Amino acid sequence: MKPARSLPGFVLPSLAAAVLLAAAVASLFFGRVNISPAELWAGIVSPHASLAGVVVTELRLPRTVLAIIVGAALGLSGAVLQGLLRNPLAEPGLLGVTNGAALGAVIAIYFGLAHVFALATPVLGLAGAMGAGALTFAFGRTSSLTLILAGAAVSSLMAAFLAMALNFAPSPYAAYEMSIWMLGSFSEKSWDHVLLAAPFIVAGMAILSSMGRAIDALTLGEAQAESLGVAVDRTRVLVLLGVGLSVGAATSVVGSVGFIGLVAPHLVRPFVGHQPSRTLLPSALLGAALLLLADIGTRVIHTNTELRLGVITSLIGAPFFFWLLLRLRKLAP
Amino acid sequence: MTRLCATNLSVRRGGRAIVDDVSCALEGGSFVAVVGANGAGKSTLLSVLAGLLAPDDGAVSLDGTLLPRLARRELARRRAYLPQSPRAEWPIAVERLVALGLTPQLPAFGGLPGRLEPLLTEALTACDLAGHRLQPATTLSGGELSRAMLARALIGDPQVVIADEPIAGLDPRHALDTVTRLQGLAGQGRLVVTALHDLTLALRFSTHLMALKAGRLAAFGPTARVLTAGLLREVFEVEARISGDGAQAYVDYLGPSGAER
Repeated sequence: MKPARSLPGFVLPSLAAAVLLAAAVASLFFGRVNISPAELWAGIVSPHASLAGVVVTELRLPRTVLAIIVGAALGLSGAVLQGLLRNPLAEPGLLGVTNGAALGAVIAIYFGLAHVFALATPVLGLAGAMGAGALTFAFGRTSSLTLILAGAAVSSLMAAFLAMALNFAPSPYAAYEMSIWMLGSFSEKSWDHVLLAAPFIVAGMAILSSMGRAIDALTLGEAQAESLGVAVDRTRVLVLLGVGLSVGAATSVVGSVGFIGLVAPHLVRPFVGHQPSRTLLPSALLGAALLLLADIGTRVIHTNTELRLGVITSLIGAPFFFWLLLRLRKLAP
Repeated sequence: MTRLCATNLSVRRGGRAIVDDVSCALEGGSFVAVVGANGAGKSTLLSVLAGLLAPDDGAVSLDGTLLPRLARRELARRRAYLPQSPRAEWPIAVERLVALGLTPQLPAFGGLPGRLEPLLTEALTACDLAGHRLQPATTLSGGELSRAMLARALIGDPQVVIADEPIAGLDPRHALDTVTRLQGLAGQGRLVVTALHDLTLALRFSTHLMALKAGRLAAFGPTARVLTAGLLREVFEVEARISGDGAQAYVDYLGPSGAER
């Protein structure tokens, strides 16, 4: 019988960290403003203000930092949710917070608040995510099944309101702005966005990172996990809170970005012997690297209209989903 | 001596009593077989005894301390619980599955500390799993998986082992093997409580028998004294003959009891 493969503990995280670092450096040197790497480097190290320096520190650096924390939040949330629900198809959008954030942001655009103050969109997005998360909690906290069902119900409710907002958009331009916002993007993101989202993302990720033991024990099912001293109900609530904070904040700042949270855990799982707790750190690192690469893609692929982030992640993620289905079909009897 | 005491336990669901006023005192060194027809409340009673389900009435205490007063991890260290047909949800290696039994002993982060490694080897050897150590748990056969789950339950050296139908779905050899192991645990001074459907195995291996009928305790006491044709007529509504004794004892079912025809 083939032994379960697994690499020594530090190999995969180091590898993922190396990919992430390379992607981060690349992210600083690629962009729509065409400046040579040498000029950029000179701009970074020189104490005097220069165009190249400003491009890096005010445009590309915040964008890179944001992509890293958002990608890490999505990857970690996906890994924890798949472990909690023992469902390989679980992803952060499952709990309704993604659509909740989108609804909040779209409301901000609908009423033109985004033109009154710049951060209205992400702030309302955050409120929407928290509202949706609270609703999922209220209806779904009793069991894993009700959590999934409540998440689906809240997601559809938010989607219904989103459709309504588009339907009654005050102008065609507003409708366009809403739908393009939902496709996700890192362009025009500043340090303000990073500062707004980071505290929530970090708090959410801190909660999720502490779930390792619990989701490991859940490998044996809920009854055995409970018998091993894991408070399964409490775990469910904490995961919802962690995902709500981190993914809610992430979505409200950059829009809906699909598939990162679904794909990242699957890519690392075979290399850590399928142990849920060991997928957490590598999934977060890989999620960050994947999202950075996708963002670099939106910058280097030249199109007339900006290629949106959500489009790239879905174009790459959906075929992966098919592959996953084929693989699961092969494993199932 | 370990002592698990239940007083006046009742569990009600939808207006119906699933466990109805059950009291018993179980002691270390006994192998208690819980028998009863389908739906008699065996699984519910075991969950309550394990402290996983709060009874609507009554209380369970372990060595004099009420279960809700024990810290979760403390209770987890002292009693092991195996549900009906336990399974692994991810293809993790057998050694990792067994090591999950040490969850209440582990710090919040990190792998298995080196000082606990010998326990793992010991548990794997005790359950004849040394050769399957790195095999994905999802590829184990039914008998191997049940041994792995038993090793998982034993690795933390619990005082009380509660197993819900540990031999369901096992062939005769593996069923015998499992029951022998459980008997061995009781022989070492632990309290073993299991739901069993195989009355011949219960008769040969268990020291005590607890019979449930519609949630009520129909009989409780040393197996040899309690397990009689009369009890089987009352609890299972079958005519049965009990012959032989010791390792040759067996239960034969003759047919449904007259009252039911």
